Amino acid sequence: MTPAVAPRPPGAAGIRLVTHGVAERVRNTVSMARRNLLHISREPTQLSDVTIQPVLLTVLFVYLFGGAIPIPSGSYTDFILPGLLALNLTTSTMGTAVGLATDLHEGMIERFRVLPMWRPAVLVGRSLADLLTDCLCALVVAVTGLAVGWRTSAGPLAIIAGFALVLFFTYSLSWVTACVGLSSKSPESAASFGLIVLFPLAFVSNAMVPTQHMPGWLRTVADWNPVSAVTAAARQLWHNPNPSASIGAWPMQHPIEASLAWSALILAVAAPLASRYFRRRTTE
Amino acid sequence: MADTMIEADGLVKSYGETRALAGVSFSAPAGSVLGLLGPNGAGKTTAVRILTTLARPDAGRARVAGLDVLAHPAAVRRQIGVAAQDATLDGLLTGRQNLTLVGELSGLRTGSARARAAELLELFELADAADRVVKGYSGGMRRRLDLAASLLTRPPVLFLDEPTTGLDPVSRQRVWEVIRELIGSGVTLLLTTQYLDEADALADRIVVVNHGQVIADGTPRELKERSRSAHVEVTLAGPGPEAAEVIAPLVDGRVSVSADGLRLGAAVDSAPGLATALVRALDQAGMLVDTIEVRQPSLDDVFFALTGPAGPGEGATERPGDRVRA
Repeated sequence: MTPAVAPRPPGAAGIRLVTHGVAERVRNTVSMARRNLLHISREPTQLSDVTIQPVLLTVLFVYLFGGAIPIPSGSYTDFILPGLLALNLTTSTMGTAVGLATDLHEGMIERFRVLPMWRPAVLVGRSLADLLTDCLCALVVAVTGLAVGWRTSAGPLAIIAGFALVLFFTYSLSWVTACVGLSSKSPESAASFGLIVLFPLAFVSNAMVPTQHMPGWLRTVADWNPVSAVTAAARQLWHNPNPSASIGAWPMQHPIEASLAWSALILAVAAPLASRYFRRRTTE
Repeated sequence: MADTMIEADGLVKSYGETRALAGVSFSAPAGSVLGLLGPNGAGKTTAVRILTTLARPDAGRARVAGLDVLAHPAAVRRQIGVAAQDATLDGLLTGRQNLTLVGELSGLRTGSARARAAELLELFELADAADRVVKGYSGGMRRRLDLAASLLTRPPVLFLDEPTTGLDPVSRQRVWEVIRELIGSGVTLLLTTQYLDEADALADRIVVVNHGQVIADGTPRELKERSRSAHVEVTLAGPGPEAAEVIAPLVDGRVSVSADGLRLGAAVDSAPGLATALVRALDQAGMLVDTIEVRQPSLDDVFFALTGPAGPGEGATERPGDRVRA
């Protein structure tokens, strides 16, 4: 008999019926987040959503539409950059859905389920890893923006606050897409659902164009869209053109408060829902 | 410490219309190897899924290391190692990263998880491939890595679900070697298999499952003794279409004929002069006998006797070496 395979005596781990302390939860979450980051390092094409896409979209919008859309108070580049940030980060949350659906599809979750781990680490770890890639995405958008002429006169704190607001919203939204991933039959259907929901969410907003020219009902939807609140908040904090400031809807008058409220509300609803989906999906 | 480490009592489980388990009971004392033997779809995997906290039974009780799996699933998970039928590994991580991750998630600190991973990679002859991505591993390597993953925290109870299904003969031998290392180490092992020789070679006790029910339970020797008849196999020098009819009166039950019509097999009551009588009967019918063999029952015979002609399906008759993993 090789010592390497000798079992420990039964019960030696302690028959602890309540099992996970805070330290263990944190360790499990870090392990899971690291796993997801290793995936990205293995398949860097996964990163194209948060690296190449933002560069392409920024160049596209600034040079293609820049001349055609007049902005009353300032340059189109300054107007569009906060919108592009919101657009890119909103659509990047599709990665959470696809990643979780892939894990379920490929049976890796089966392995996690027989381990004595803190199970929510599967979800929390992924959401944190995705938040890190979102930070990278924000950086790429900002650098590309600076390269094509985006400028801000705001102080460093206001600039950071703007990014933090958008990232907080993205983090909350990734729990919604986690629900999508956990209830999808396959990674492909998770991806298509993401497209169907996330693109309208990002585009029916003030991110790309001022909402003033939209038909009445669409304009109401856009003005109350959380993406509009987040975009308007960033524009306000960064002293970039914010045509929505003249709109009477409450979120447009108080974009910072509105985006915080939206993000908190979405997180409060979606996170428990995601863990319920996770439990349901892993019960038989 | 519980003397019975694995205990299934009247397990019932349905998936939709399909009844996977219809009241299955078995148990394994500490340090023993229990073989759960049955064809595809017999319910073996369902029983393992219930015992490893992955599935909830519709009725019945399951205990592992003395702990009820429904009442204390988290505590049960601290006592078990599981190697599932489809190796559940992260294809994008290396072998080493997989083992370290499983170790960390099982409660080991990163340092000891790494050390333990290195030790097991060495033992399972995966050290050379340790830093390669698992996606590129062969079926046998994956299976060994999965086994290694199940052993990381030295669990006292191990579940191996069809550990050699789909492996080529060489890989199968290596997995057997690893399992033999485990046997006698004090671990309690539940092994499911479609292969009788595997259960015969590795298990102390065999529970035969078919259509969600236990149809036999005993040591390999007991099961063989239960089938009193011997087995005769005749090889003809040339095809003899009527050979089966000729020997039918001399043997018990159905005569099986190979596809080329050259080999006949049947259960017989072992009696003196039987071989002579068979050869003579075939000779009189104008057929030349190349070889004739009367042998004591193998577990295969027992299995066929227990499950009936329609019982075992394709999986049990195939040679494991012929199977290619899709």
